Amino acid sequence: MNVTSRRYATAVVLRVEGRLDQDTCVGFTTDIMKHVEASARDGGAIVLDLSSLEYVSSAGLRCFMLASRQAKSQHGRIFVAALQPMVQEIFEISHFNLVFQVFPSVREALGAASAEAAAAFDKG
Amino acid sequence: MRVRFWGTRGSIPVALTAADIRDKLAQALVQASGRTFESFEEAHAYATSELDFNLTHTFGGHTPCVEIEVPGDEYNVCDMGSGARPFGVHVLARQARKPAVVNIFQSHVHWDHIMGFPFFGPAYVPNTKIRIHGVHAVLEEAYRMQMREPCFPVDFSQLAANIEFVKLEAGKPHRVGDLTVTPHLQLHSGDSYGYRFEHEGKSVVYSTDSEHKLENRGEAEAFAQFFRGADVVIFDAMYALAEAISVKADWGHSSNIVGVELCQMARAKHLVLFHHEPANNDATLEGLLKEARRFEELTRGESALRVSAAYDGLEIDL
Repeated sequence: MNVTSRRYATAVVLRVEGRLDQDTCVGFTTDIMKHVEASARDGGAIVLDLSSLEYVSSAGLRCFMLASRQAKSQHGRIFVAALQPMVQEIFEISHFNLVFQVFPSVREALGAASAEAAAAFDKG
Repeated sequence: MRVRFWGTRGSIPVALTAADIRDKLAQALVQASGRTFESFEEAHAYATSELDFNLTHTFGGHTPCVEIEVPGDEYNVCDMGSGARPFGVHVLARQARKPAVVNIFQSHVHWDHIMGFPFFGPAYVPNTKIRIHGVHAVLEEAYRMQMREPCFPVDFSQLAANIEFVKLEAGKPHRVGDLTVTPHLQLHSGDSYGYRFEHEGKSVVYSTDSEHKLENRGEAEAFAQFFRGADVVIFDAMYALAEAISVKADWGHSSNIVGVELCQMARAKHLVLFHHEPANNDATLEGLLKEARRFEELTRGESALRVSAAYDGLEIDL
């Protein structure tokens, strides 16, 4: 499980790699909460790039739920993008597609975050 | 060993409305458009094989009551929800005036799990023996309280059956008739207890009104041990996962997805979704079942887990 971050104007893209389950969820939660708080302070948004997330269990989905709650309580925003087919199906089966705005690509999620973030992404 | 479901709904009994029946019928007619049937049997076969369960059946509306049948003269049943009324009718019919012996195993004393007892026919039959087993200290008081004036016209003390309360200890196997019964503490308001029933190499776990905290590995492993290799696990799957861990977190219930995960950890054979949310209609419940089956396919290990949804009238033979 690995998380890397990259800023695009006011948005931060968190790329999540590996498997998110009971073994990795505590470290992931600690990691993501730091970004959620910083992002909310800056009035920005977080995009979770899940293109390299191989699997997510119920314990892993709970991490996303905690992050979403934390962001909402601080008027922050979280978008989810680029899910692999299996993870996408798990999101639908668990009804997490009703909790998060899910986008086919990071670019589209950044576009929903702000025009500046999308422009910064386009510049590379 | 046979499991017979008399009540499968959580919280409060529900019934199909006139509009529900009309809508099911209309949808069935639309799906059958252009087809003709020469006989009732032909139409029946079409309905059975071609139409979705939610059109041709209902999951039912009685609150929890599940019979665990083993060879012998005694009856064994989990909880006395409103399903206890038809269960009582069944017992009286089968006994043909001969007094019965009934062992009740109480998960907890919330109203949906005891409300059927005042309507349980055998309780009114002299010489019937009813042993109510449970771990809660308040078990007897709860049974007596719901039958006090002004809530019910017949006081508990007026019941004709010989009724005994039997205290069980969590985590310890108990011998009850031909069954070995082990209670397991569960997370629910006021505590609840699951039961593992074992008989001649077969096992059934009844685990309702039980919330699972996903971050707690120790708790998950303890439940996997409780469910270990069970032939059937009857599981509180009241909500979809997102609902169970967001707006309904700490309400004391679980989800279809967590049921699949725990049964996979335990290498159980058959998961039965139970304690259905009263706000969910038959189509929604069938949707939750299909989602659980798909999740099981996606996450399957060495062996497949069978997944079903309980409905009033379902029988499972082991």
